[in-house]
Amino acid sequence: MFNEPLAKIIFGRLGWESFPIHEPILLVTFAGVVVLGTAILVLVTKYRLWGYLWTEWFTSVDHKKIGIMYIILGVIMLLRGFADALMMRSQQALAFGANEGYLNAHHYDQVFTAHGTIMIFFVAIPLVVGLINYVMPLQIGARDVAFPFLNNLSFWLTVAGALLVMVSLFVGEFSRAGWLNYVPVSNLQNSPDTGPDYYLWALQIAGIGTTLSGINMVVTIIKMRAPGMTMMKMPIFCWTALCSNVLVVAIFPILTAAFAMLMLDRYVGTDFFTNDLGGNPMMYWNLVWIWGHPEVYVLVLPVFGIYSEITSTFTGKRLFGYSSMVYATVVIAILSFLVWLHHFFTMGSGASVNSFFGIATMVISIPTGAKIFNWLFTMYRGRIRFELPMMWVVAFMLTFTVGGMTGVLLAVPPADFVLHNSLFLVAHFHNVIIGGVVFGLFAGIDYWSPKAFGFKLDPFWGKVHFWGWVIGYWVAWTPIYIVGLMGATRRLRHFDDPAMQPFFIVAAIGALIIAVGIAGFLIQIFVSIRNREKLRDTTGDPWNARTLEWSIASPPPAYNFAHTPVIHDLDAWYDMKNRNASRPTSGFSPIHMPRNTGMGVILSGLALALGFAMVWYMWWLAVLSAVGLLVLSIAHTFNYNRDYFIPADEVTRQEDARTRLLAAGA
Amino acid sequence: MREDKLISRLRHLAGRALAMAPLLLLGACQSELLDPAGDIALQQRDIIYISTALMLLIIVPVMALTVIFAWHYRAKNAQATYDPDFDHSTSLELVIWAAPLLIIICLGALTWWSTHLLDPFRPLNRISASKPIDPKAKPLVVQVVSLDWKWLFIYPEQGVASVNQLALPVDRPVRFELTSTNMMNTFYAPTLAGMIYTMPGMRSTLHAVLNKPGHYRGMSGNYSGAGFSYMNFTLDGVDQRGFDAWVARAKGSGAPLDTARFLELEKPSEKVPPMLFSGVAPGLFDRVYNRCVKPGTPCMSEMMHHGQGGPGSGMPSTRNAPPPSGGKPEGAIFKEGEEKGTAPNVTKPRNPNDATGSTAPHSHKNESMSFNLVPAAPGLLRSGVSREAAA
Repeated sequence: MFNEPLAKIIFGRLGWESFPIHEPILLVTFAGVVVLGTAILVLVTKYRLWGYLWTEWFTSVDHKKIGIMYIILGVIMLLRGFADALMMRSQQALAFGANEGYLNAHHYDQVFTAHGTIMIFFVAIPLVVGLINYVMPLQIGARDVAFPFLNNLSFWLTVAGALLVMVSLFVGEFSRAGWLNYVPVSNLQNSPDTGPDYYLWALQIAGIGTTLSGINMVVTIIKMRAPGMTMMKMPIFCWTALCSNVLVVAIFPILTAAFAMLMLDRYVGTDFFTNDLGGNPMMYWNLVWIWGHPEVYVLVLPVFGIYSEITSTFTGKRLFGYSSMVYATVVIAILSFLVWLHHFFTMGSGASVNSFFGIATMVISIPTGAKIFNWLFTMYRGRIRFELPMMWVVAFMLTFTVGGMTGVLLAVPPADFVLHNSLFLVAHFHNVIIGGVVFGLFAGIDYWSPKAFGFKLDPFWGKVHFWGWVIGYWVAWTPIYIVGLMGATRRLRHFDDPAMQPFFIVAAIGALIIAVGIAGFLIQIFVSIRNREKLRDTTGDPWNARTLEWSIASPPPAYNFAHTPVIHDLDAWYDMKNRNASRPTSGFSPIHMPRNTGMGVILSGLALALGFAMVWYMWWLAVLSAVGLLVLSIAHTFNYNRDYFIPADEVTRQEDARTRLLAAGA
Repeated sequence: MREDKLISRLRHLAGRALAMAPLLLLGACQSELLDPAGDIALQQRDIIYISTALMLLIIVPVMALTVIFAWHYRAKNAQATYDPDFDHSTSLELVIWAAPLLIIICLGALTWWSTHLLDPFRPLNRISASKPIDPKAKPLVVQVVSLDWKWLFIYPEQGVASVNQLALPVDRPVRFELTSTNMMNTFYAPTLAGMIYTMPGMRSTLHAVLNKPGHYRGMSGNYSGAGFSYMNFTLDGVDQRGFDAWVARAKGSGAPLDTARFLELEKPSEKVPPMLFSGVAPGLFDRVYNRCVKPGTPCMSEMMHHGQGGPGSGMPSTRNAPPPSGGKPEGAIFKEGEEKGTAPNVTKPRNPNDATGSTAPHSHKNESMSFNLVPAAPGLLRSGVSREAAA
């Protein structure tokens, strides 16, 4: 059809060889995706939902809808990341001695790289950002975030990054250089293929989204609190969200810069991280870990906030030691910058440097320990209702302390010399990320779902979800701790020592138990939607909770608060309930709201095209989409049609409906 | 169906695992990491034990209190005190912050002390707990080079070298000097000492000693690409006589490791069987970490020297000048249409004809088809190149 050079100009290095035509695992997956995708498209078209989805969701600048979309993205990507985990667990359970398992090195290396990348960047971050997006403005009594359009753009940029990673499954291949895309494996000489390029472009695009979202949240918390809410009367979740997002703003530019330099190495031939000509791979490791360690706290701090809110609500008590919680959070945020080197004690920094970073790491465990004690003494003399969110808290406290302990152990350099890069280390960070972050995110989803949708989630399937994860975690990761102590290192696709095989088999069984937990979660959502009338909550406050979001209807109206609340005490809603403050039922005025815009979707679509074009060396498309991005971004600043008023009548109508519901419920 | 087979195999293995359950904990006790043969590894293990014990002082009470409070203050327990406004107690807060602080002070002191004492750059101060070191004795020097994907050990004093086989005399202090040709790996023999990174263009040091004779294993502990899983070596602890015999065997093994052989050996290969070399080109290790093994390439140390003439004077003068160790690819945007090539997918081995696996789909031999070509180097200890090739 084309003569050869023209095809190269149009398609770059994309050719028939770039498609996995001979790979059965990928072909079956691809067929599954096509069938499922077509089914969804057909259903959406059949029920004429395109218009609804576009106007009500995709273009929405409402922080609540964006929050929900973030969480949906996180859950979908969790399924992908977990599929990778199952592949790794089964490979490691099989591949001993003469058995090579079923994944070749080329494939296995992509699987573990994709697993880590997806779980951190496209599961944990979207779920954390989604919960902050949904809850934080409601907790501070705000109408929306500070920059509603930016929020929509941030979300779609994250989606664009996730899509680029997913595309790499079927077109070309993903990186084989580990979840931080380490050089020298990922430099042009050692990985001339598309993998590292997919990785870099996906994370640059998503990373810009995360940075923008961080700026947005910081400004919202600083500037948009309801009158009377001083910093020290702010709910603890907002404090943790603030610290987390300050960290995002501080660290993501470092990652963007490190990736930009690696991109220059790969595209222009510079020598930042090459082995020769003055390049230095160690510099890349330092930069990505200066991002990487605070990133752990970006994820875990908001989750600590979730645990605090839940503990306080379900013990029916004020949070023990609120101010010490706040200071602990701030101290952790600051200290998180002083510890990155503990990720490579073994690189030869010398004893004094290693000791400094080791001790700094241990010091973080002091405020973290204080937090654990604070939750403990919030439970003390409480009246604990063991509903799903509270069950997650107890499971977290028992699991996370073990992870904290192994973490401090790894911070002792001589111990780290033998445990570095071992499966003990891998078990440690799954211990804190599953036992800390993931449990907390599920707790948060169980806790705030009644607010978001107006009905509780089904408790039976919720318990299947809970026990699947908790038991599955311990069955899957205890044996990995043990093989780590036997000297097994990470990222291996084959083992020689047959004594280790039983442990890997137990670990694989643990992964299957977690799979039951994940299935329980999906069924829980499905059953809850089906039985929503039975699970319906009309009060807006199903848990007898304490913070402001529970003072309004569930789901909240688009404008959140008809009258901006005035805050007198820390647990604002508990305080209002105690003082029998009555809900205003009249005197509503029109409410000024931001208008929806499709620009976020369009810009992100162009960013996706730019990324894809650069990965495949289609320079014409790259230039086109880059110019498009620039022109449309500027054009959008001239769009003055960005707000509207909800008329007073409409506000009155919605608030009257709530008044009637409350009266009927009482 | 592939999946069915996988499930049945997993089921079979699961049954075996249950039967072996009592053996599991026993297995953990046989760990080289927890029962090492080297004094450094032994001290590192002790640090693990001491720190764990220190931390358990606080972890155990916290976990116990969590369970006790969660149970005692459950809503159904009407006897439990309920005090909804109990949210502050200065004395409790003091304990909450002080208890972890005290533990961390102890642990911090242990860290400072042990990090300096067990610093890999620091020469040993004892052979083992019961054997003092002779201050005049010079340590055995072993130069370690990680290649893609095998280990090269050079014994400069003995003038021999080996691949994937490390022989050490027991109770003799050893100084390892470590570098890499391309990828970053860690040199790790769990029974001997903790791991140390080997990095291209850089040199690191590890001091260690092996106290018990025996056959042990070593590996790369840091992922370094396709052949990483098989980047293992054997570690033989022998007495001085056994070591001399081993050196003599290497001397008699035929070919020396000259520059040409090294450049051949340097090429990526997997599952490389142990090899011995009767001699080593002089200064080979220094040339490796100065990245100038290939004749005609300028050494990094020389470039630094030239660099004193002014900024940039050590660098090649034009973009077209050959890079120091050769073969640096051009940045993507400079590529002509044909140079872009086609980026392959996982199905395609780099060069199907060279792969030792079978190219038929579903063949289990298919699964290590990445780069597994063993270089034609002399002194193979085993006949047959690799299991696949033999099969």
